[in-house]
Amino acid sequence: MLPLDAWHRARGGRMVEFAGYWMPVQYEGIIAEHTWTRESAGLFDVSHMGQLFISGEGVEAALEAVLPIDLATLKPYGPRYSLLLDENGGVLDDLMVTRWNSGFYLVVNGATKWDDIGHLREHLPDEVTINHLEDSALLALQGPKAFAALERVVTGEYPLAALTFMKGGQFKIDGIDAWISRSGYTGEDGFEISIPAADAERVADLICAQPEVKPIGLGARDSLRLEAGLPLYGHDLSPDTSPIEAGLLFGINKRRRTEGGFPGANRIMREIAEGTARKWVGLVLEGRQAAREGATVHLGADQVGVVTSGGFSPSRGEPIAMAYIASANAAPGTKLEIEVRGKRLAAEVVSTPFVPHRYFRGA
Amino acid sequence: MTRYFTQDHEWIDVDGTSGVVGITDYAQSQLGDITYVDLPAAGSTVKKGDAPCVVDSVKAASDVYSPVSGTITSANDALGDAPETVNTDPEEGGWLFRIDLSDVSELEGLMDKAAYDAYVAEL
Repeated sequence: MLPLDAWHRARGGRMVEFAGYWMPVQYEGIIAEHTWTRESAGLFDVSHMGQLFISGEGVEAALEAVLPIDLATLKPYGPRYSLLLDENGGVLDDLMVTRWNSGFYLVVNGATKWDDIGHLREHLPDEVTINHLEDSALLALQGPKAFAALERVVTGEYPLAALTFMKGGQFKIDGIDAWISRSGYTGEDGFEISIPAADAERVADLICAQPEVKPIGLGARDSLRLEAGLPLYGHDLSPDTSPIEAGLLFGINKRRRTEGGFPGANRIMREIAEGTARKWVGLVLEGRQAAREGATVHLGADQVGVVTSGGFSPSRGEPIAMAYIASANAAPGTKLEIEVRGKRLAAEVVSTPFVPHRYFRGA
Repeated sequence: MTRYFTQDHEWIDVDGTSGVVGITDYAQSQLGDITYVDLPAAGSTVKKGDAPCVVDSVKAASDVYSPVSGTITSANDALGDAPETVNTDPEEGGWLFRIDLSDVSELEGLMDKAAYDAYVAEL
């Protein structure tokens, strides 16, 4: 059971099973929670995600052998997006890597964390220790008023304002140690906050007591990340997709693209040079009916792709989807059709994000 | 006019052989925000248990089953611009389609309001 289970139930969260845990899918309603996050600030409990600390002799070289990351350019306390790849370059997981003083802090997906730990244990040398931080909870505070709300309850050696997008640091919330990074999964400005599980209720109560903040469920988390054009592992990414098809070249750091030496490097480097047969792109549908995962995408008589995520966009007031599409038909402006329950719905390829990102990159 | 309910959370108002079908307040509360309703065409025939109508919420698309067999005579076209009416007024203004019943004996297996309320209370 996750540390905030009772807290969600007491606040009226409708609980569903997800990644082996019971989690709130919604409180007052997905559209209301979605809109609140875009306009104010939403608190998400993401304690199901895996928090790992990896340390030991030779940890840098060992991590570079399993991740396509360039740790020489990774400054302390700034998270960076990376990918766990199999030998064929298929995606096993996507994750965040942060350099701490004595090792590396990784945040991985909840549904994949046990497989990730097994994979890392198998591929890292014995001198490298994997510490699963199971006694830590993880919260995300997202939205244009997230900073104002969090600043009020945070103390630290330097002000919270010192954090810009993808920077982090050690702070205190009501005397509780909190690792905070300015990052998230909604496209909005916001923070991710790691705290001891035993203090999670106190911290969640304190943050939700700020007038800008309401708790937000998994339903709006999904619609927000979809509008932001961000992939969800297990749906948009899998061992059957390569990061280059998915447009995640930024997850393969520059030096590694030429040097290789990471799992699947042969395929990844070939795809960077030659392109891929299909691309992960955004689609906007005509009308109001949504297309969901698994719906096929067509150009005339030919199937040219398949939807990996889709739904109604509360911010745009129209259905949107992400799909892998044959590269020849993947340019923005291309008119396609999506088959939903035997009907063909008109759709157009668009550039993503569907809703502009509003990260805080500095005043 | 008599109102009947199904275990799949549809309601049907019946007057002679004319029926009006919608989903219950419990159903809409479970579905959450409704964003689109795919309504059946007038003139189409359905069997009891067919799904002539689909209700799309932010979360998922859900079938609406016909409580009876018959011919669809019209649908609630006002839902095209205002699908959220199914959330706000599911058992009146948010009705979905009208149907001409081909076999009124099919109503015998359905629940009345008291039985449906007891059924929902157990869920």
